Amino acid sequence: MKTSGLVLAAVSAMALNVGGASAETFRLGSSGDLYGMDPHSMTDSFTVAFLHHVYEPLVRYDASLGTEPALATEWEWVSETTARYHLREGVTFHDGQEFTAEDVVASINRAIHPDSPVRGNMAGVIGAVAVDDFTVDITLEGPSPLLNNYLTNIYIMDRGWLEEHDSLDPIDAQKGEEGYTTSNANGTGPFILKSRTPDAKTVLTVNEGWWDEPVHNLTQIELNPINSDATRVAALLSGELDMIFPSPLQDARRIAGTDGIKVMQAPGLRTIMMGFNLSDTLNNSDADGNPLKDLRVRQAIAESISYDLLHEKIMRGTSRSAGTLVAPDVSGFDAEVDAISAYDPEAAKAKLAEAGYADGFRLAMNCPNDRYVNDAEICQALSAMMARVGIEVALTTETKSLHFQRARAGETDMFMLGWATLPMLDGFSVLSAMLHTPEGQYGTWNPGGYSNPEVDRLTTAVAVELDADKRVEMTIAALKIADDELAWLPLHQQPLSWAARDVVEIPQTADDKPRLWLAQIAN
Amino acid sequence: MLAFLIRRLVQAALVMLVVASIAFLMFRFLGDPITNLLPEDATEQDRAEMSQKLGLNDPFLVQYGRFISNVAQGDFGQSYRNNRPVSDLLVERFPATAELVLVAALLSLMLGIPLGIYTALNPSGWISQGLQIISLLGISVPTFVTGILLILIFSVNLHWLPSFGRGEVVDLGWWTTGFLTVAGLKALVLPSVMLALFQMTLIMRLVRAEMLEVLRTDYIKFAHARGIPNRIVNFKYALKNTLIPVMTIFGLQLGGLIAFAIITETVFQWPGMGFLFIQAVNFTDVPVMAAYLVLVSLIFVVINTIVDLLYHVVDPRLRMERPSASRGV
Repeated sequence: MKTSGLVLAAVSAMALNVGGASAETFRLGSSGDLYGMDPHSMTDSFTVAFLHHVYEPLVRYDASLGTEPALATEWEWVSETTARYHLREGVTFHDGQEFTAEDVVASINRAIHPDSPVRGNMAGVIGAVAVDDFTVDITLEGPSPLLNNYLTNIYIMDRGWLEEHDSLDPIDAQKGEEGYTTSNANGTGPFILKSRTPDAKTVLTVNEGWWDEPVHNLTQIELNPINSDATRVAALLSGELDMIFPSPLQDARRIAGTDGIKVMQAPGLRTIMMGFNLSDTLNNSDADGNPLKDLRVRQAIAESISYDLLHEKIMRGTSRSAGTLVAPDVSGFDAEVDAISAYDPEAAKAKLAEAGYADGFRLAMNCPNDRYVNDAEICQALSAMMARVGIEVALTTETKSLHFQRARAGETDMFMLGWATLPMLDGFSVLSAMLHTPEGQYGTWNPGGYSNPEVDRLTTAVAVELDADKRVEMTIAALKIADDELAWLPLHQQPLSWAARDVVEIPQTADDKPRLWLAQIAN
Repeated sequence: MLAFLIRRLVQAALVMLVVASIAFLMFRFLGDPITNLLPEDATEQDRAEMSQKLGLNDPFLVQYGRFISNVAQGDFGQSYRNNRPVSDLLVERFPATAELVLVAALLSLMLGIPLGIYTALNPSGWISQGLQIISLLGISVPTFVTGILLILIFSVNLHWLPSFGRGEVVDLGWWTTGFLTVAGLKALVLPSVMLALFQMTLIMRLVRAEMLEVLRTDYIKFAHARGIPNRIVNFKYALKNTLIPVMTIFGLQLGGLIAFAIITETVFQWPGMGFLFIQAVNFTDVPVMAAYLVLVSLIFVVINTIVDLLYHVVDPRLRMERPSASRGV
């Protein structure tokens, strides 16, 4: 009697499970789909993160975002411009081929090929040469302290397989090429590509011959892209999915209140900040010259902002207020620099008066409305707060492609930007892109034109410093200058929000990448 | 007749040219696709190269000329985001949309017409009154709201039907179909109901109004007077005349179904052409957007042209050649 009741319960539980999948299949719902299966043909961070289940790099990030050996077991610098990697033996690709130095050489040369979109993630790498079957030398233009960080994103493909399918060179998608590698895969990773239907479903099965000790108990992974937030949540609540990410922030309370479902939230790596136009004139202002060039005015703006209000009202307590341009997990973070300016509208007014703007002035603020968590709401709050000290804000919120076009062209006075420092996970990312004076490779995202010779000097020094301690010290020093001079106005790290069934155990890392080879589904 | 046909084709071609031009002009204001295509830390050089590759550096008129001449040859170029020919993408997505629209169209006809007849024949019954109120809701509630409600009831609460996707599809080579698997059929239910709802209520109200009109005409009254049974009068005489305008409207609404499918496909993650379009908007994927707009207008133009031609076939009065046309040398 008891047994039949159990059977009945089990049968009805299975009937309820619309997907009809067994417990060890991990059904993941994401907001967007992969760009394809070729790891060297796109830089989209979600795609790169997901392909890590199929392909592996020489070095990978562990669950606490430190680097650990993957396909390479150890490494050393042979000279200032040569790094030697010793490869793991006994690893096989999904098609059974043995993994050797040849594969690493072919993959690295493929990734730095002039047509490869990921070559930007391998700054300074000239090439790779096999020393013997399990040793590879990577040659560089100069010392590159971030080489291992870069390598975490460069996946190793099988040379023989690439040759066989005429794919040794990367696909140049814009030339109308569609390679075999876009929809097929042959990696060394914990899972094997089983099938792929773009925008609908990608299925991976477990790789029984994986070299590493599996922590997971999965037999299969199904990736279901679901664009609409409401539908993605519904699919989780209805039991069709085991986990969704991102999980919409505004629904967090309701989702968490559902039996059998949990919400996982943590501050992410992405720092949201406001950029200042520091050129000679503002675009939309009644003031002479550019008031923003006066440090006191920028300080007044910082003091007019209530970080508590942003944190509690706009971000519903889920963000981490930030005083520096990098998140705590990023090398270069310093708690002292991270101190937040106090909310003090009176002091702000006094500073404005001191700078000669007792009656305030007008400026234009631009924000995206579809890029960051609550982006438009944040800017509305900022403009209201700034209005209180006399700065009248003409706010424009628009779609990301228009916003970034305008921001980059310097057509705005204050603009919003979020920066996660990925893939390098290092403060150098901020120094080189946002703080160095715009020239050549540097300052790509510094349209405001912030410029400080000492920051420039530190940036170029950090780029080649191999001594880890010295590097961090110099990075902090540069970020401290940027903080003192309010080169940018950091606001907060926006939260990551995932939601899953209670039975799912998975580490949530600040880089917002679900690592399913570390996931367990309890049964 | 031939002159008419040629005139119609020339008009259709002009309409298509105008649509293509508008599409091209509109997308100039959508922003910069390059930021979406390149990684955050791409250098200025990367940007310049990408811009060159996409042909965005050419003068406006050159870009426009290239676009129109390519479109005229059926070439919509490469999707920026998917890195594949746009025509391939559309061909791949067409079956999903076609099956969804087909089921929705059948649903709206098979439910709309009988309900319309019922409410016309029993105008004051309480069921008719109820149906009228429900149909008002069907017309006025936005479709995405009905979609979410359907998901909430049938997926989240009852666990009967899937909330997203096409379920399992069978690949027939050039066509993927969801008709052949249980999961595929289940997946069709909610999206097609959502898509059909508006059309169904429209057809129901139209049939009801037309039928009430016809029932008031003299020949129906005479038929009743002659003692012909109600069933024959209603279904043989009245219904026939009711359906002519209904079929016309329905033909025109088919285009609307395809266009409306955008919303349904977005709500249900239905991998069809409308969903492809929405994705393209998010990524400023101009070639895909332009191709979709041109394709949808082509469908509208073709349906309209066919309807016009059918009028000529059906209605002899329109076939009379006008004197000015017949006199031409």
